[in-house]
Amino acid sequence: MTTNFMPWVLAAGALAVAPVTHAAPPTPAMLANPCGGCHGTNGASAGLATPNLAGQSKKAFVESMKEFKAGTRPATVMGRLAKGYSDEEITAMADFFAAQKPHSYDQVVDAKKADKGALLQEKHCARCHVDDGQDFKDDAPIMAGQWLKYLQIQMDEYKSGKRKMSEKMAEKVKPLSLDDMDAIAHFYASEKQGEGK
Amino acid sequence: MTLDRRSFIRILGGASGVALAGCAGVPAVSSGSAGEIMAKSGRRVVVVGGGFGGTIAAKYVRMLDPTIEVVLIERNKTHVSCPFSNFYIAGLMPDMTALTISYDKLAANHGIKMVYAEVTAIDPTGKTVVTSAGTLKYDHLIVSPGIDFRTEEVEGYGADTANVIPHAWKAGEQSTLLRNQLQAMPDGGKVIISMPLTPYRCPPGPYERSCLIAQYLKTHKPKSKLVLLDANPDVVSKKPLFTKAWNEYYKGIVEYVPGKKVTGVDAGKKTLVVEGIEEHKGDVVNFIPPQRAGAIAVKADLVGEDKKWCPVNPVTFESTRQKFIHVVGDACVAGAMPKSGYSANSQAKVCATNVVAMMNGKEPVELSGINVCYSGITDHQSVSIAAVYTVTEGKIIAVPNSGGISPTDFSMTELEHIYGESWLRNILTEMST
Repeated sequence: MTTNFMPWVLAAGALAVAPVTHAAPPTPAMLANPCGGCHGTNGASAGLATPNLAGQSKKAFVESMKEFKAGTRPATVMGRLAKGYSDEEITAMADFFAAQKPHSYDQVVDAKKADKGALLQEKHCARCHVDDGQDFKDDAPIMAGQWLKYLQIQMDEYKSGKRKMSEKMAEKVKPLSLDDMDAIAHFYASEKQGEGK
Repeated sequence: MTLDRRSFIRILGGASGVALAGCAGVPAVSSGSAGEIMAKSGRRVVVVGGGFGGTIAAKYVRMLDPTIEVVLIERNKTHVSCPFSNFYIAGLMPDMTALTISYDKLAANHGIKMVYAEVTAIDPTGKTVVTSAGTLKYDHLIVSPGIDFRTEEVEGYGADTANVIPHAWKAGEQSTLLRNQLQAMPDGGKVIISMPLTPYRCPPGPYERSCLIAQYLKTHKPKSKLVLLDANPDVVSKKPLFTKAWNEYYKGIVEYVPGKKVTGVDAGKKTLVVEGIEEHKGDVVNFIPPQRAGAIAVKADLVGEDKKWCPVNPVTFESTRQKFIHVVGDACVAGAMPKSGYSANSQAKVCATNVVAMMNGKEPVELSGINVCYSGITDHQSVSIAAVYTVTEGKIIAVPNSGGISPTDFSMTELEHIYGESWLRNILTEMST
């Protein structure tokens, strides 16, 4: 983004206020705060299809933003927005959101599907999305308490090949049907982030 | 009482030409008898206006420094969102519940003191806000007054015109009026939307409205027509997307006519006059007048030489005309940032951050902002524009090589419709909790 802040030329006339001549570069909070319009204050999303970012794994956030920026992850507005930030700024935003207290809103899920999903995720997902998706390993995101609609869109994009999976994930997902993946989405959505084991 | 009678009269005198019509029904303050609403003991920020900018400014000042007292002044007990109100107008939303917020939770969660009153004057020397309920002293004042209409530029536009020819450019009763008129119109009727030259609130809004009303006509009144009279020489926002939507979904219904600046109205005849000569008569007429910053910004000498919009410092959003008064949202001039709810949200966070920095003797922080704006094109499809903003050489610009509009092949419109609804819920929750 910007390098140094330059004092601007005042328009002629009746201007009474001296310009601010020194401004620090954007802080992590300054960079992350505008995201709240879509992702909720401090990343606690109240919108049914927009993921929670509060408390999210730093690695997963950075990975996603880099994929959005490169155009390798399917996107609507995120592809266009991610291009507006440097890698350093993305890392700063990742730190900001990782440090926020998780907050999951109540949501309606199908209990039967969630039960089925609980068993499936144990076998297919838990090695990376550890502790029932409450925690993470490597660049896997935290899944617990994520919005159902968001998870369903992602599952659909994975299964249709629009969103690329890592090799280890592709191997685990291969035997799963879209119904199975939907059940797993219901399970993760049925949890509250930060209230796990 | 913090203002003596003489200085109070001076303030009112400075507001000549701006009617105090907004205070009808509330106790008059012109006697100067209304005292201080609450005495100021510590540091205080007063925020004027409880919309997309004001709520967020109040909340973020408290989040960033809870030792600063924050008073939010708003004339209404609820706020109705302009974004998505076109869905309601077009009968695609049953009522305005999903668009309406109140302030109780916001105030309780963050310790914001609410004052429901009309601001009638600002005394920058005495750092005092005068309201219909009394006065309030401030250290910093953040003004987010939205827009008002330059109806004096439109011949024949009277106090009752909007009751017959609604603008529906401030959501609420006006939205309901336009919706009811559309529903009462017989099949085969003609709807006219007239939009002003830029800059005005919500650049894509009139085009979205044309699409969603056309969707209503197509479904319920297929013999009807819609004419969009654009004062601008061409579509000013999301042009490839709206043009494609008109051609693909509303051929034979929507007629887009650029370069038609309405200069007069005749409410009785439901007629608009273009450039003083050409008459356009409709069965339902939606005239969106040219705009300026909300009345209080004009009264408080916050508008620039154009007498319309408020120039501000792009880091602190402090007015370049009045010290310790900051302006955010549609009313301010914010470089490349459009006059949108999302821009106001971003600007309010930047402003709050730097007001807190100034009050604590810290260095301000450069702006980083976002705008994301969804427009419905059918009952199940939406398109978007998005951008990231930064400051370079004292000007707010969009970060080069980023941002832009939805793909023009409409491959994302259904998904964006879902994300649009999610956007509405998030941004209104941010404002109200």
